[in-house]
Amino acid sequence: MAHDLSQSEPIGNVWNPATTESRTARYVLIAITLVFLGLFLFMPLVSVFVEAFRKGPAEFFAALVEPDAKAAIRLTLLVAATAVPLNLIFGVVAAWTIAKFEFKGKAFLTTLIDLPFSVSPVISGLVYVLLFSSHSVLGPWLKSHGIEVLFAVPGIVLATMFVTFPFVARELIPLMQHQGTTDEEAALSLGANGWQTFWHVTLPNIKWGLLYGVLLCNARAMGEFGAVSVVSGHIRGLTNTMPLHVEILYNEYNFVAAFAVASLLALLALVTLVLKTLLELRYGAELRAAGGH
Amino acid sequence: MDVRVSGVRKEFDRFPALHDVSLEINSGELIALLGPSGSGKTTLLRLIAGLESPTEGKVFFGDEDASLKSVQERNVGFVFQHYALFRHMTVIDNVGFGLKVRPNSSRPSSDEIRRRSSELLDFVQLSGLEKRYPAQLSGGQRQRVALARAMAIEPRILLLDEPFGALDAKVRKELRRWLREIHDKTKHTTVFVTHDQDEALELADRVVVMSQGRIEQIGTPDEVYDKPNSPFVYSFIGESSKIDVRVENGELWLADRRIGLKSDLPDGNAWLYFRPHDVALVKDSDACITGTVVASRRVGATRRVELELGGNAERIEIGISADHPAKEMSGIAFRPQHWRVFPRS
Repeated sequence: MAHDLSQSEPIGNVWNPATTESRTARYVLIAITLVFLGLFLFMPLVSVFVEAFRKGPAEFFAALVEPDAKAAIRLTLLVAATAVPLNLIFGVVAAWTIAKFEFKGKAFLTTLIDLPFSVSPVISGLVYVLLFSSHSVLGPWLKSHGIEVLFAVPGIVLATMFVTFPFVARELIPLMQHQGTTDEEAALSLGANGWQTFWHVTLPNIKWGLLYGVLLCNARAMGEFGAVSVVSGHIRGLTNTMPLHVEILYNEYNFVAAFAVASLLALLALVTLVLKTLLELRYGAELRAAGGH
Repeated sequence: MDVRVSGVRKEFDRFPALHDVSLEINSGELIALLGPSGSGKTTLLRLIAGLESPTEGKVFFGDEDASLKSVQERNVGFVFQHYALFRHMTVIDNVGFGLKVRPNSSRPSSDEIRRRSSELLDFVQLSGLEKRYPAQLSGGQRQRVALARAMAIEPRILLLDEPFGALDAKVRKELRRWLREIHDKTKHTTVFVTHDQDEALELADRVVVMSQGRIEQIGTPDEVYDKPNSPFVYSFIGESSKIDVRVENGELWLADRRIGLKSDLPDGNAWLYFRPHDVALVKDSDACITGTVVASRRVGATRRVELELGGNAERIEIGISADHPAKEMSGIAFRPQHWRVFPRS
């Protein structure tokens, strides 16, 4: 998630011949980039929509309002609506802890936050299977209390939370470290209590970074396949999220329906991309302002 | 409000930042904490504010033990080095913040908060900028907003951390005079931290000179300048020259020559400190310090010459009148008019 903040700075100067390639070299480079982007990014995206509308809009919309598809959409929204707010809270708490306090084991904690990024999502899912299956320590106890985690919504939410945890925290830690604690100290010296300081000073200072993290977290939460696939059990109409539903439809050679649901996910990706770009414009300016005392 | 710091020690991760510091500040005084970086002056200021807690010792506001109170309860106005203005709030919201966050029982109405904030902005000569954001202000203006914000809570004492550190030289001088005027009007007990001796000497009623976590000297600007009580203060404040001398039977000797100064130190090696401009030229035949001119340059109204002393080849500087020829390699004989001798350990 390294976003280049220097992008909008003037790059070099136009008179400098040392960094200017010849005309041919420039065109070749640009052509390679465009062909690559076209082949590997743009074509697949277009083909999703082409496939989805192959048999006309009626079939497309029929695939979306079919009960299993509606259930999958509902479940995806439910999972995102649970996992994202929880990760928002945990992410802010973790970032606050790491950026504003000094304590032993801080480096270890920072590394731990990155763990979900470095572990394959399938492994993340398997961890929950090991934790909550009927052969585990927790499983029988949960079962005797009538709580189902695996192959049910709680398991899907847990797996999604695990996979998407780093987004908010990773976004906030450098921002909060950069801002330091003097604004908070100023608020405290003016008589504000901890909550007022957080609400009136800290939160406004990090709001754009927070929104950015939430956006990425949400995109991943809705699109997560691997970890969710392991814990979901693929029960149609019950524990299928949109990505899982797409896979099932595809395996049944129901291409139009599969691509129709996939096009919703692609649309989500496009919306996320647009919002992300808008935020970067705004948020980049904010970060530069913070750096310039 | 009197402030008393009593036997305060502060360690960060076992690294001592302050050793057994005691200090009494009288109500209405303007005090400067002066020292090089790492001398503990900012730590002392933050301890008074309650932003740090002492490892040992206490801080009293009047008769009340402030060490037991949190920073919020101490009701101090703190101005941070880089102002720490809330960047997403307008100037007037920044100033009113301390009033807005008060508990319901003591919070003024929002009209009242606005009225008082405007008054303060008027007082710091910033009326008309109420709706601006901190990023739209100059450094000097930000500094004044920070001061207005700190004064809005009617603090018992005002604490300023390097208040002029981030400003350019011209604005710094203006604000210095202006802060003195504000202090004379409001009579707040004020403590400010600085590493700039001109600032401390010009502005403060009393100067606390600090070095390596200890207070070296407390006194009026005249006292610390004219009667420095340690080699550190002598060399840190104003210019000084020092000569390696010897005490014998109450007289000072430089190599094999008496220099005509007396000292009540016991016999042994010592440092002689004096101000370069505070010397009198004498005839070579008298008991005095003699040296050969190795360099001479004109500094403002005086001439500054570098002398190589006889005997131990030390080089020192003295200031003499500009019309003195002071040719290179010529001899000069002088005696300091005011001086201090410190034993060499």
